[in-house]
Formats: sequence, structure tokens, C-alpha cells
Amino acid sequence: MKHTISILVENKFGVLSRVAGLFSGRGYNIESISVGETIDSQISVMTIVTSGDDFIVEQINKQLNKLIDVIRVTDLFETDHVEREMILIKVAPKKEDRVEVLRLCEIFRGRVVDSSPKTFTLEVTGNESKITAFIELMKPMGVKEFTRSGKIAMAREGINKK
Amino acid sequence: MKMTGAQIIVEALKREGVRHIFGYPGGVVLNIFDTLYDAKDIDLILTRHEQGAVHMADGYARSTGQVGVALVTSGPGATNTVTGLATAAMDSIPIVVFTGQVPTGLIGNDAFQEADIVGITRPCTKYNYLVKDVKDLAYTIKEAFYIASTGRPGPVVIDLPKDVTSSQANFVWPDEISIRSYNPTLEGNKWMIAKAAEEILKSKKPVIVAGGGIIASGASVELLELAELTQVPVTTTLMGIGGFPSTHKLSLGMPGMHGTFYANKSIQNADLLVAIGMRFDDRVTGKLDAFAPNAKIIHIDIDPTSIRKNVDVDVPIVGDSKKVLVVLNQIIKESEKHQWEEIRHSWLRQIEEWKKEHPMTYTFDEDIIKPQYVIEQLYEITEGKAIITTEVGQNQMWAAQYYKYDYPRTFLSSGGLGTMGYGFPAAIGAQMANPDKIVVDIAGDGSIQMNIQELATAVINKLPVKVMILNNGYLGMVRQWQELFFNERYSKTLLETDKIPDFVKVAEAYGAVGLRATKPSEVGDVIREALKTKAPVFMDFKVYWKEKVYPMVPAGASLDEMLFEETNKKDKKKLKADKIIMT
Ligand SMILES: Cc1ncc(C[n+]2csc(CCOP(=O)(O)OP(=O)(O)O)c2C)c(N)n1
Ligand SMILES: [Mg+2]
Repeated sequence: MKHTISILVENKFGVLSRVAGLFSGRGYNIESISVGETIDSQISVMTIVTSGDDFIVEQINKQLNKLIDVIRVTDLFETDHVEREMILIKVAPKKEDRVEVLRLCEIFRGRVVDSSPKTFTLEVTGNESKITAFIELMKPMGVKEFTRSGKIAMAREGINKK
Repeated sequence: MKMTGAQIIVEALKREGVRHIFGYPGGVVLNIFDTLYDAKDIDLILTRHEQGAVHMADGYARSTGQVGVALVTSGPGATNTVTGLATAAMDSIPIVVFTGQVPTGLIGNDAFQEADIVGITRPCTKYNYLVKDVKDLAYTIKEAFYIASTGRPGPVVIDLPKDVTSSQANFVWPDEISIRSYNPTLEGNKWMIAKAAEEILKSKKPVIVAGGGIIASGASVELLELAELTQVPVTTTLMGIGGFPSTHKLSLGMPGMHGTFYANKSIQNADLLVAIGMRFDDRVTGKLDAFAPNAKIIHIDIDPTSIRKNVDVDVPIVGDSKKVLVVLNQIIKESEKHQWEEIRHSWLRQIEEWKKEHPMTYTFDEDIIKPQYVIEQLYEITEGKAIITTEVGQNQMWAAQYYKYDYPRTFLSSGGLGTMGYGFPAAIGAQMANPDKIVVDIAGDGSIQMNIQELATAVINKLPVKVMILNNGYLGMVRQWQELFFNERYSKTLLETDKIPDFVKVAEAYGAVGLRATKPSEVGDVIREALKTKAPVFMDFKVYWKEKVYPMVPAGASLDEMLFEETNKKDKKKLKADKIIMT
């Protein structure tokens, strides 16, 4: 089962390696990880997507909590939440496909962030499946490269637990 | 008033009540050593290896419950502490290790004697720091001691760049430490404890499995009360030894791979396990699927990650063992009175039968010293009052099996990491903290050579530790596995310690006393002579090379599949031949 875990940590030197080291040292997998600031400059938030059976995920949550610099761990699996990912994708379509690329980008509510005579660089945000779908659609158009951000997530307000 | 970083360190250590530091100097810690040169209240003990320093701090901590302290230089000095840190981390021992570091401006430049020790020690410490500003130093030290000694204890490293310890700041000592992201749960959930009480009262065949948490939290009195109140037998894991009196009639000894037959039988037949401050290590459980198949499990531990890590639990209680047991005992005392003697009668009688079926025994021999006999003699002569440390291997298991421990903090052994070379420096640390006690390292001829240089530390500091070398000429435990599972192919386990080194001469070369026994009749005298000696002593016992540790549950087998000594079945000729090879 895939779990998105949101971790509030002290914004201190070395925290990322403590968390990453926990995962590698204990053989847990990380599918994606993103780190950023929060409203409080002393606190950072990490969003980790991981997977494992119930026992392993329980251990991951407990082990994260045990790290001295971890303030709070929320396994969003149990909570209704929104999650977003972003992709920057550079495509080099044939002349006759250029319009189609722009049309698809619009359907996915993406934006063109750079263009050259031969390429477009597009930006799309959304949940994981939307991003994956967009990549699939772009593939026949001649994808040169892309970068996916890690996932970021947040619990919905005022809605009960799943 | 401004103080240098080095002065701040010394002042902070005084405030923490530190009396002894085990250390080894080098370039970037010269100024700290210089400051300690004048510190009247703190004794800085020069070891002969940084690994020794950390094990000494560990032995100091295990024997007292106070935080042990070591101080080493950067680079190789710091990397030499890693085994000591990992040993302490695995066994939850509170120590603080100060490592020197190159000046902040040079960090990351591959400077001379630079090592990323915060990176290297991250997985084998509870926490670690790189102090970048002298203003943070006092607070960091107080916090480090707090983290090391609270919750589930563990080692903490403070890395000290040279410019930080030489620049100045005001000494500001915090009144208390509070860390928003670190709040160990001490009080167990009341409802869960009540449920545990109910399960204990209901059970017909309960067993308490007590681990190192009993000793860490000082809960042996409460454990004894619980056991006696409800007449529940107690088995203590290697780390729990001393947490419950071995001589008590409810004691089952140690469980697991080299546990007693009756401890393992009891676990396998129990309807309830009360696991306290232990973590279901694979050496304790054997094959997990077959472990305690009929038992409900109550698991009390301060570390939530220990619970449901290896086994599923019916009643999980996160909390400090002592605090939980106080409440549990109270509930049991207030519950309706039971005729425990009667209720437990058949279970305890069954256990008595198991004890008769396979007691902890070995075959005594008139001509050749059996290692178990040496330990039994030590027990008798010291009347069970010594602090015992162990190395790792057969010596460790026999020390656990054949000495009896009635008091906590008297059995110091590297359980989780299994570090050969631990016992001797740990004994020195324990002797430093307990000058009036007899401290004996029960050692193997292999292990003792891993930190033998610390004999200089013991002699020079007049620490009269005794080392009992069970000299079987082999890396015995490995040899045992080779004999049982690798067709007696003794690949590189022969130490030739019958010749090299001569332990008596080694002792003498260091200015210590060396004694030797080659016959069973000499054993008692050697021990008595050693105990009379007010100096460190190496006792070299030439023991039977082929003696094995039994009972034994082979790795990966269930606790039901125990092997026992097979001497009776073996023909006399073979036995005799084995004996001759040895001498
Ligand atoms: C540092 C270290 N290296 C290797 C081992 C693996 N090991 C476990 S027991 C043992 C043999 C110990 O020999 P000795 O000290 O003579 O003890 P004996 O088993 O003979 O009593 C070895 C090599 C270990 N535990 N620690
Ligand atoms: Mg040996």
C-alpha cells in the first residue's frame, strides 16, 4: 500500500539526512520525497511517499516519531487530503504536432513556460495520476526530458477521518 | 565573565556531576585537555585506545546508571569510537562522547584528521551534534546529557570544532531542557494497564520475560513484587540479567538460543507472556512463527518502535517499566484476593519437572578444567557479589548461565552488538565507578586480545580488575558452529593461545599479576589468589577446547528444538582423543 506521510521537522542542519538515513538504514523505500518551508521558519515539512504492509508502515511512522528532530508525523493515508505534484516537461514536436501539444497542455491546465523554434517547456500540476497521464500523452510528441517534483500534501479542513 | 569553549565544557561537565572522563588526546582537543589539567573535581583517565575509552564510559554507565563520558580527538580518534557507540546504542546505554573536529572554516575540505563524524555516527547514536558556535555550547551539553539519559537511553556525540572550543562566550546554564519534538511517554495508558492486570489474573500459565528495561528504569523491586504477588515465573534476557534474582525460586534463568530448557519450555507452553523492557530479539525468540504459539502477549516498553516490531501484541503499553509496574501492582493488590499458590500450583509444578528433566548442568572432569566449573567457583568464592563483565562468545554465555546474579547492574555484557573486546574496558570503567567492589571480566582468549592494551590503563590507575580468561585456544563460539554445522572444518578459528601470547607474561610485562591454572584442582586457589591481589590480575585457565555451550537452539529453529550436551552418547575413546589434542 502506498502511504503519503507528512512530517514536521525542526529546520536544522542534517535533518534531511536523519530522515533519509532512517529509510535507507532500515530498508524502507522512498518513492518520492519533498522538503520545504512552512509558515514557521523554524519548521520544515517533508512529504514522503512510501509503501509497505501495515506492519512496516506502522514501524515507519513510529521510527520517524522517534527521531529527536521530528515534531509530528501524519500518515495521510488515514486522512482525507489533497496532494499535488508538478512536472516540467520539454517536448520537441514535429511541426504538425505543435498545435496539438499546446491543446493538450491547455486541457491539462498547464502552461508554457519556455519555447524555442523546436521545443516547448510545459508546466503541469496535479495529482500523481494526472501527471502520469500527461506524460503518456506527450510521449508520442517527442519528450526530450522531464522533471517531476516530489509530492506535497495537506489534510483537508473540517472533514472527518476516512 | 567570558570563558573559552574549553572552559565552558569543563564547567558544564561539573554541573552535570561528571567525576570521571575517559579520553585520548590529539591536535584539536589539546586546549580541552589543557583546561582539564587544572580541573580538580574531574578525573581524566588516559586510555590506550579510543574504543577502550568508550567501553569504559559504557561500563561506568551500566554499573551506576549515570551518564558515562569520553573525550577523543578528531579523525582517527573519532572513528575509533564507532564500535563503542554502536555497542551502547544497541543496549540503550547513556553515554556522551565528545569528539574534536577541525576548525569550522576547514570542515568539508578534507583537512588533516577530518572525518564527518556526525555523518558516520548518525545511525549508531541516539542523537549527535556539530557545535558551530561557542554560544550554543553549554546548552548543547546539557541537552546531550538530557537526551542520553531520558526515555530509552542511548549514546550522544558532540563534535567540537577547534575554533569553537578556543573562542569565548558567556557561560549560560539552562535551568531545564525542554525539546518540543522529544517527549518520551513515561506513564502507561491506565486502561491498558488495567487490561494487563486482568489478563494476568485470568491466566493459567503466565511467564514474565524481563529485559534490560527493568535495569534501565530501576524496576527490579517492582518486578519482584509483581512476580511474588501473582506467583508468575520470570525469565530474564541477557540484558535483563540481574533485574530479577537468579536464586529466586520463580527464576527461570535466561531464554533463547542458549537459554535454559525450562525457560524456553515455559515460553512455548505459556498462555500469557508479560514482556517488560525487552524487544523480542531474534536470539530470544528463535523462529518467530513458532514462538510462544499459545500465548497472549502483554508488552511494556518505553520505545513505541519496539512494540509490534517482531511479534504481534495483545496488550501494548508504552511507558517506563517502573512507572507501569507500580500502577499494575497497585491494581492487582486492589483486586479481589486470589489463592495464588493453589491457582499456580500445577503450572509451577510442571516447571519444576522441566527443571529436573534438563537442569543447567555440564559434565565435570577431574583432569581437564571445564569452563563452567571455573565460573561456578568464581560464584562461590565471591558469594555472588562481584560485578561481572563479559566478552563475547562461549565465555559470555557461560557467564550468563553459571554465575548467579541477584542484583541489578552486576552483569555487564554487550548484548545487541555482541562486541568482542567490550568486557575488559567495561570492567575498568565499572571498577572506576565502584572502587570497593570486586569486578571480574569473564573473557575468551580471542576477545581479550581485542582491547588488551587497556591493561596499562588498569595498572597505571590502580584499578584492580580481574580478568578470567577461559583459554580454550579457539574462537570457541565460532568453532562450536563449525563443529555442529560445518563438518568440523575449523577454518581460521584456532588461536594457538596455548603458546601465543603467554597471558601470564603479558600481565607481567604490563606490571600486572598473571596466574595460571591447568588442572581443576588449581582453579579455586587461582581465583582466591587473584581476589586477594590488590592489582589487576590475568587468570589464564586452560580449559577444555571442545566444550560447547548448551542448551542450544540452532539459528532459525524454534525454541522447542533444543540441542543438549551429547557426551554420554559419545564413546570414551573419542573423548580421550579430544582431550589429548588439547594439551
Ligand atoms: C568484534 C567482533 N568480531 C567478531 C565477532 C564474531 N565472534 C563471535 S564469538 C567469536 C569467538 C570469540 O572467541 P573467544 O573470545 O576466544 O571466546 P570463546 O567463544 O572461545 O569463549 C567471534 C569471532 C564478534 N562477536 N565481535
Ligand atoms: Mg576462546
